[in-house]
Amino acid sequence: MNSLAPATGTSTALTVRIAGHEAVCDWRGVLFFPQMSLMVVSDLHLEKGAAYARRGRMLPPYDTAATLKRLATTLADYDPEIVISLGDSFHDDHGAAHMPGPFRTRLVELIGARDWHWIAGNHDPAPPPDLPGHCAQEIAIDGLIFRHEPAKGNARGEIAGHLHPGARIVRRGRSVRRACFASDGSRLIMPAFGSLTGSLNVLDRPFDGLFARERLAAYMLGRQGIYAIAGSMLR
Amino acid sequence: MEHRTHPIDGIAAPFLPAPFSAWFATRGWQPRAHQLELLARTQAGRSALLIAPTGAGKTLAGFLPTLTDLAARPKRKPGAARRGVHTLYISPLKALAVDIQRNLNMPVAEMELPVTMETRTGDTPTHKRQRQKHAPPDILLTTPEQLALLIASPDADRFFSDLRFVVFDELHSLVISKRGHLLSLALARLRRMRPELQTIGLSATVAEPDELRRWLVPQDTARALSDIVTVSGGAKPHITILETEERVPWAGHSALYAIPKVYEAIRAHRTTLLFVNTRSQAELLFRELWRANDDNLPIALHHGSLDVGQRRKVEKAMETNSLRAIVATSTLDLGIDWGDVDLVVHVGAPKGASRLAQRIGRSNHRMDEPSRAILVPANRFEVMECRAALEANYLGAQDTPPLVEGALDVLAQHVLGSACAAPFDADVLYGEVASAAPYAALDRTTFDRIVDFVATGGYALKTYERYARIRKTKDGLWRIANPRIAQQYRLNVGTIVESPMLNIRMVRRGRGNASRGGPVLGKVEEYFLETLTHGDTFLFSGRVLRFEGIRENECLVSAGGGEDAKVPYYAGGKFPLSTYLASEVRAMLADPKRWKALPEQVAEWLSIQRDKSILPRREDLLVETFPRGERFYMVLYPFEGRLAHQTLGMLLTRRLERAGAHPLGFVANDYAIAVWGLNDMAAMLKDGRLSLAALMDEDMLGDDLEAWIADSWLLKRTFRNCALISGLVEKRHPGQEKTGRQVTVSADLIYDVLRAHEPDHILMQATWADAAQGLLDVRRLGEMLSRIRGRIVHKSLSRISPLAVPIMLEIGKEAVAGDANEALLGEASRLSGEELMQEALEA
Repeated sequence: MNSLAPATGTSTALTVRIAGHEAVCDWRGVLFFPQMSLMVVSDLHLEKGAAYARRGRMLPPYDTAATLKRLATTLADYDPEIVISLGDSFHDDHGAAHMPGPFRTRLVELIGARDWHWIAGNHDPAPPPDLPGHCAQEIAIDGLIFRHEPAKGNARGEIAGHLHPGARIVRRGRSVRRACFASDGSRLIMPAFGSLTGSLNVLDRPFDGLFARERLAAYMLGRQGIYAIAGSMLR
Repeated sequence: MEHRTHPIDGIAAPFLPAPFSAWFATRGWQPRAHQLELLARTQAGRSALLIAPTGAGKTLAGFLPTLTDLAARPKRKPGAARRGVHTLYISPLKALAVDIQRNLNMPVAEMELPVTMETRTGDTPTHKRQRQKHAPPDILLTTPEQLALLIASPDADRFFSDLRFVVFDELHSLVISKRGHLLSLALARLRRMRPELQTIGLSATVAEPDELRRWLVPQDTARALSDIVTVSGGAKPHITILETEERVPWAGHSALYAIPKVYEAIRAHRTTLLFVNTRSQAELLFRELWRANDDNLPIALHHGSLDVGQRRKVEKAMETNSLRAIVATSTLDLGIDWGDVDLVVHVGAPKGASRLAQRIGRSNHRMDEPSRAILVPANRFEVMECRAALEANYLGAQDTPPLVEGALDVLAQHVLGSACAAPFDADVLYGEVASAAPYAALDRTTFDRIVDFVATGGYALKTYERYARIRKTKDGLWRIANPRIAQQYRLNVGTIVESPMLNIRMVRRGRGNASRGGPVLGKVEEYFLETLTHGDTFLFSGRVLRFEGIRENECLVSAGGGEDAKVPYYAGGKFPLSTYLASEVRAMLADPKRWKALPEQVAEWLSIQRDKSILPRREDLLVETFPRGERFYMVLYPFEGRLAHQTLGMLLTRRLERAGAHPLGFVANDYAIAVWGLNDMAAMLKDGRLSLAALMDEDMLGDDLEAWIADSWLLKRTFRNCALISGLVEKRHPGQEKTGRQVTVSADLIYDVLRAHEPDHILMQATWADAAQGLLDVRRLGEMLSRIRGRIVHKSLSRISPLAVPIMLEIGKEAVAGDANEALLGEASRLSGEELMQEALEA
C-alpha cells in the first residue's frame, strides 16, 4: 500500500491520518482502518433506479446489483470485522422495504457474521427493516465519530458522508471531475458509493466551514487508481 | 430566369381570383410561372415541392394556395362554430416565422382578405397560446417543437379540424436533423386526422429532390412522390477570392492577415454581411474589425449565444439599414431577408458548396441581379477549398448530405406524446409512423421495443411493470398511467439538446455578491467555463471579460483588458468538409494546370511539394513518413473531413500499437491526419513488419471500432442526447441547477451501468446509430477505405514535406485527446507534491 509519495505508478489505495488514526482510502470509495479492522462505506443509495422509475424515469434497474457487486469485492479484499454504512444506504424508505428478494439475500450474505452498523441518513431515516446489523444515529469510537451529515464547524475526528464530495482539476485546458474523499486531516467526508450517485464540488457552498482550507486535500477516485490532490489545485 | 415546366398531366389551369390578379396588376407585377403552376397543382388536390433560388418569390408562391382558398371561403355566420386552423406554416427558425408574417401582411392587407395570421413560438406568452387554442387564427406560423406540443394535447383533433395546408419553409434544412424526424411524425399524425391534407414544401436547390418529395407525402405506397415545381437559374453570383499580398498562413482559422482588405471592402459597400463558421471566429473577427475601424463604421455582431434582446436590436438595425457590416454565424443562414445587403464576405472556407450558395443568397435579394461575394480563406488548404467551392457554385453542384433514417429516440418521444393526446392502438400508430418517410423502413419489432421502452424502460429485467408510464388497457389501447406523465412530456418536448449553458452576467470587479445585478450578456457553454479560473479573461459579445466566478447558474464577469483573452469554444458549429468539395480539392491538387487559378504563393507551395515528395492523384491516398526530433511521423491525406479523420486516427493508432510501432498520439484536421510514435514506421513498412494495405483495411470498421467506441467520450455525449430526447432523463430547466449535482443522475452514470449490464438495450442501439452517422462519420470513412483500396501511395522522406506543414502545426494546439483524463489526474497528483500533502495530513 503506497502512501503520499509522488509516485509515478498509480496507487489503488492511499494511507491518510485522521485525528491520529491511520486509515486507507481505497480507489473504489471505501475507507478502512487496519488497527480496528473497520471498513466504512457511505451513501450506497440502494434501489435508486427503482425510486426514479416510480416517478416516471425508467433508469436501468441494475444499479443495486452493481453496487452490491462492488461492495462485495471491497469486503472480500479487506475482510473487516466491523462495517459502518454511513447513511443513505437506501435511496428511500420504500426501497428499503421493497428491495427485490435476490438483492436482499445477497446483502444478508455480505453482512454475514460481521459487526455491521447502519447509520441513519436523510434518505432513509428509518432503519432497514429485517436486515441484520445495528442501527444508530452516530457512533463514537476512540476519538472518531461516525455520522451521516457533517456537523457544523470544526469537528475533529468526524467521518461523515451525505455531501457526495467531488473534485475538479484543470490541466492543459481540460477539466477532469471525479468523486473524492475530502479531508483536512481532522475530518473526512466520504465519497458516495452507489452506482448512480453524482457528486458535488468540495469548493461549493455546502462545504463552507467544514475544512481548514489550507490543509484540504482531495483523494480523487480515478478509473485506474486514487489520486491525492492538494486543495490549492482544485477548481 | 428560366422556369422549367413539367407537363401538367391532367391538371387544369390555375384559378386566380379577381382580387389577386388586380393586386398583381396594381403593383405592376405578373404572377410568376412557378407561382401559378404551384397553385394549379394544389388546386388539383396535389401536394408539391417548390425548388427555387432566393429572391424567386418563394414565400408568396407557398401561400397563394392558402390565400386564394381562404378568399373563396364563405363568411362564418354569426353563432356558427369557430373554425380551426386552415394553414400551418412551419419554419426552422423562430425569427423566420416572425419575418414571414411581416411579408404576408402586405398582400393580405392590400387585398383586404378576410385572413387572420399569428405566430406561435417558444416566446409566445401563455395567455396568447391559451387564446389561440380557443380562437385559432386561419394561418398559424410556428416551429416543429410547438407543433409537437399541439398534436400531443387532448384537443388536437378539434384544433386541426379545418386544416387544409401545411407549408414547410426551408424544407432542405428541416429534414436533415432529428427535428425533421419529429416533424415528419407530426405530419403523419396530421394526415391521419385530415386525410385530404395537402403539403407544400419550399426548398433551396438540393442534390436529391426526390428525398424531399417523398417526405411530403405518405409512404403507404412504395416510394410515393409529391409533385415538383422547379425554378432554376437566377443571375450567377459574382464571387471572388480575396486577393492579398500578405502571406496566407499555413494553418489556423482566424484569417487575421486579411483584416485590412476586408475592412476596405466594407467601406466600399453599403451593407456587408460577414459569415464565419463558428461563434469563436465571429468574436475574433468582430474584435479585429473594430481595431481596424478608424472610420467608426457601425459594425455589429450576431450569433446564437448572445442575449436575445441584443440579437433583436441588431436585426432591427439591419432592417432599417443603419448598419454597415454584420458579423454572423449560421443563425442568419436561413432565408431571412432583411436590409439592403450588397456584399457577402465569407471568412474561412465554406466547407460545402450548398452552404456557400445559401449564404451568398443573402446578398441582393432581387433574383435577376447577381449577388456579390468575397471568399476569405484562412489558410492555404482553404485557398484550394474556396477555389473548388467557387467553381462548384458556378457549376451549380450540390452537396447536401443524404438523409438518414428516423432516429429511435425521437420516435420514443413521439410515442409518449401520442399517448398524451389520446389512448392509442399500437397497430394504428405503427401504420401512421411508417407512413412518414424517415420511418418508412421501420420494422414492427423495433417499433414494439420502443413502445416497451416508453412504458417501462424496455429492460430485459422486467422489474418496472408496476411503475409503467403507459399501459395497455383491456380495450387494447395504450394510455398514460397518470396526468403527471403528460406534464413531464410537455416540459421535455423537442430534439434540440444544447450543451449546458450558463448566463453571463456583468458585475463590478471583485468577488462578493453585493455587486450582483448587472446586465446579462448572453450564454456560454459550461464546458468552456470549467477551464477558466478566477481572473482569466475571455472574448464575448465583442468585449474582453474577466472571469469572476460561478454563482448558481450564472457566470459572473467584469470588464477586462489585455491582449491574450481566450476565445470560448462551442460544441458543434464546426462543419466538416463536404465529400464533394473534398473530391474537388483532391482533383485540383492532382492537376498542375488548375494551379493557375490559385494565388502564386499557394501554387508555389504545391510545386515544391511535387519536387520534394509526391502529389497524389485524385483517387489516391498519399502517405508520407519522416523522422523529426526524437519521433517518427506518418502523415495521411484523405481529405475526408475532420470527423472521419478523427475516427480514422483513433483506429489507426490502435492498429499501430498492436503492430508494435508505439504510436504516441495523433492529430486530425479536415485534410490530413498525422500520427507520431517512437518506432521508425518507414523502416517497418520497408521490411514488411507493417503493411499500409492491412492497416487501412475496411475491417477496421468492425471489432476495432466497436472496442474503441464503447469507451469513448464521444459515445457518452451521444448517449446523453438520446437519453434526453427519448425521455429517459429530464432536461435541465433554468433554476433547477441550484438543486445540486449530487441529486441528479448524470447520463454518464446511466451509460456506464447500461453498458455493463445491457449493452443491447434499444437506447444503446439508437446511440450507436447516431454516433456512426454524426460524430464518427463512419459511412464516409467506409467509403474512403473502399476508394483507396490498392491506391495507397507511400513516400518515405528524410524530412517534413511542404504538404505536411499545416497538419504538423496543429500538433500541440489540440486539447489532449480522448481518454487522457487519468494521465492528467496522475500529473496533478504528482504536482501536488509531497510537501503540500504532508502539510495537509498533519492533524
